[in-house]
Amino acid sequence: MSGAGNREQVFPTRMTLGLMKGKLKGAQQGHSLLKRKSEALTKRFRDITQRIDEAKRKMGRVMQTAAFSLAEVSYATGENISYQVQESVQRARFQVKAKQENVSGVYLPTFESYINEDINDFKLTGLGRGGQQVQRAKLVYTKAVETLVELASLQTAFIILDEVIKVTNRRVNAIEHVIIPRTENTISYINSELDELDREEFYRLKKVQEKKQEAAAAAEAEEKAAQEAAIAAGAELSKITRVTSNEEITNDAQEVEKLALANGDDDLLKENEDDVIF
Amino acid sequence: MSSASESMAKRKLLATIADEDSVTGLLLAGVGQISNEVGKESNFLTVIPGKTTVDQIEDAFDNFTTGRDDIAILLINQHLADLIRYKVDSYTNAFPAILEIPSKDHPYDPEKDSILKKVRRLFGE
Repeated sequence: MSGAGNREQVFPTRMTLGLMKGKLKGAQQGHSLLKRKSEALTKRFRDITQRIDEAKRKMGRVMQTAAFSLAEVSYATGENISYQVQESVQRARFQVKAKQENVSGVYLPTFESYINEDINDFKLTGLGRGGQQVQRAKLVYTKAVETLVELASLQTAFIILDEVIKVTNRRVNAIEHVIIPRTENTISYINSELDELDREEFYRLKKVQEKKQEAAAAAEAEEKAAQEAAIAAGAELSKITRVTSNEEITNDAQEVEKLALANGDDDLLKENEDDVIF
Repeated sequence: MSSASESMAKRKLLATIADEDSVTGLLLAGVGQISNEVGKESNFLTVIPGKTTVDQIEDAFDNFTTGRDDIAILLINQHLADLIRYKVDSYTNAFPAILEIPSKDHPYDPEKDSILKKVRRLFGE
């Protein structure tokens, strides 16, 4: 993927290997969870986009009806009521309340329209003429605004979901394409380093054994040489002992015998016997 | 999340940037609010052709979207949104929600709506 060089800077030990394996497992689990979350959100998202499309078209019709009722008002009153309406506005009768809905850990706000019937700023509007039309226009526009509020909550959910889906997908991709390969690279790096260490250790042991054998062989060779000398000395000695008494043994021969005795009596004896046989 | 819900709880009003007829109708529905607080004098802007400048619309848009914290939804006529299209298109916050509405003289064109444009882009149409 991104090259073998892409790995974490760790010291290759068995402990870090264990850590990395745990990390890889966690990353894989997180990846599958996030993927599922993203799928759930996308499903919801498609649903909402479809509803937005419908609601927008519906809004066009509703606003047309509303505009028509306003035209009726101006026809009935015979004058433009907009100035009067704008001047008599005091407090909002029509308000919205935001509620929250939880979709896989994402809080989606929904607006709810809320009408305070106590407030009526337009008591005098249309008092002279066209009061009925004004009332009707009020009702129609209230309905229209309710549609608008509905659409607005869909739209807000759309924007939030869009953002959250982007973030979630970014995380999914980051885990899939960066974190998991890097952890895998680190694991294989640690494994190769550990193998390398194993090989080194094996080679070292071999080498040590070799050295030991060499040393043992050398020691044996030396021993043999010493034995030979001892045997030679011993043969002479035996001759001497046969010929002369023990008191006449030279210092040199004494020493050789001592050495031979120290090196192993049996061997010496055998050698002696062999020698005797020959 | 709690701070977001707090700021959401405060948002109760609908703001309007529209021509005279649309404003009148929406006010009849009861969305208007007048107060003495500085910066929150009124939550609607009546755009009179030839009298209201684009700068004024922009200022009102900024005030309703970022200046005030009690607006939940901003209703704007589509033909007025076209005048400040770059602002509407670059606006990405969830609150307040911006809704483009048709006006009496200008029929609604779904192709221009910034949200519907996003929808179309997402589905690759």
